Amino acid sequence: MYSEKVMDHFRNPRNMGEIPDADGIGSVGNPTCGDLMNIYIKVKDNVLIDVKFKTFGCGAAIATSSMTTELAKGKTLDEAMKITRGDVAESLNGLPKIKMHCSNLAADGLHAAIKDYLKKKEE
Amino acid sequence: MRRIYLDHTAGKPIDERVLKDMIPYFSQDYGNPSSPHYFGNKARTAIDESRTSIAKLIGAEKKEEIIFTSGGTESNNLAIKGFAYRNHVKGNHIITSSIEHMSVINTCKHLSKQGFQIIYLPVDEFGIVDLQSLEKEMTEKTILVSVMYANGEIGTIEPIQKIGDLVHSKGALFHVDAVAAAGQIPIDVQKEEIDLLSLSSNDLYGPRGVGALYIKTGTRIQPIMQGGGQERGLRSGTENLPGIVGMGKAAKIAKAEMTDEAERLTRLRDTFVKGVIDLIPESFLNGHPTLRLPNTVNVRFNYIEGESLILSLDMDSVVCSSGSACTSKTLEPTHVLLALGLKHEEAHGSLLFTFGKQNTNEDVKYVLDILPNIVKRLRQMSPLIPKELIE
Repeated sequence: MYSEKVMDHFRNPRNMGEIPDADGIGSVGNPTCGDLMNIYIKVKDNVLIDVKFKTFGCGAAIATSSMTTELAKGKTLDEAMKITRGDVAESLNGLPKIKMHCSNLAADGLHAAIKDYLKKKEE
Repeated sequence: MRRIYLDHTAGKPIDERVLKDMIPYFSQDYGNPSSPHYFGNKARTAIDESRTSIAKLIGAEKKEEIIFTSGGTESNNLAIKGFAYRNHVKGNHIITSSIEHMSVINTCKHLSKQGFQIIYLPVDEFGIVDLQSLEKEMTEKTILVSVMYANGEIGTIEPIQKIGDLVHSKGALFHVDAVAAAGQIPIDVQKEEIDLLSLSSNDLYGPRGVGALYIKTGTRIQPIMQGGGQERGLRSGTENLPGIVGMGKAAKIAKAEMTDEAERLTRLRDTFVKGVIDLIPESFLNGHPTLRLPNTVNVRFNYIEGESLILSLDMDSVVCSSGSACTSKTLEPTHVLLALGLKHEEAHGSLLFTFGKQNTNEDVKYVLDILPNIVKRLRQMSPLIPKELIE
């Protein structure tokens, strides 16, 4: 059902965990649907120096979270804002159709975390 | 490494003895039971023998009360639609439960579009159908009540005899989907006042693609498929001879071995449940603690999701199923767990383990060895987990 890449990220998720002093946190999904993701970011000089996740959800939810953190790490905020759900799915060599919509939320979580950081910075 | 198969509700292996008995009917004794010659006679005899074995398994009075179908889904469709269409002049009211198999629920939904009124009875937190609701809902327009013998997802066994009594006292007839129960626990259609009863061959360790419907003498139904009038005109289509032979043999074996096997499976089941609850914090048994099928364990683990549990267990060579429908065609959790009153996230975090003939104590021990770590690992990933559960 899942690509080998998805299973690899499910088996060995990259950047799993919380950043206790995160500069921004993005939370997307809800447990009712079976998927909830938190993305934590650490920013220095406009660059994502650390990105971590915690996810409640299916295999696809965990793998897309892991892949998103990998894609985002080291990117500038502008670059990271351009990462799409499609990019995440493509980097995982595709996702089953039914999972494209509901479980592929991590890019949204990343964007939410960046917005949270920008908002906090303004205050 | 050997894989441990704990998904017997999804599919069972065929018993080798069944397979052996089926083989000649593919290429040697392949006659059509409708033919009057030697080959036809041979096929007819084999089918009659199979009918007798199935009648004995469920305590039917006569073998003629059994007709063969393509499986549990067709039996449920034929029982409910066939009865509703034949008896609609007496009333248009049908009562079923909210935890039935989709082949009952969707058949009822289909009938509701054709002028039938359907009531879905609630169940309690263990999945037992509410008898008071049933009594309250029955009117003189009620022609049929359909309640499953036992639920294949949570294992809960329904108070069938009480329901049968009540249904008959109100003048309606009683259909029972016994697909999950048959072969695991004794069934007596006469004592339990059952008029129509659905069976599936694979659930008895027989081949797939065969099922049966018990139709008590005097119960009027009409066919839902037109053709050559096989099976007393109720199920047209040339009989699936090897399949029917296989189902008959499977029923015979089930009848002979059920008591011992149920005892063995109950021990495995209870050891497993106790182990899970003892070893894993915030884990709970879904369904009834004692009124449950010998082979069925449905447990839920807070803060994590079923599909990631299945994938993790699969990586460690253990195969089971999910209460979460994330693995199926819809992403909604199963209606059965929601009917028990579980929240969506609790239903999503449920796993279904169904044991079978080949499972042993060692299997249970192995799963109890690996499962706590799998749950722990996934919980460490979960944003829902309270701090005190992370060591």
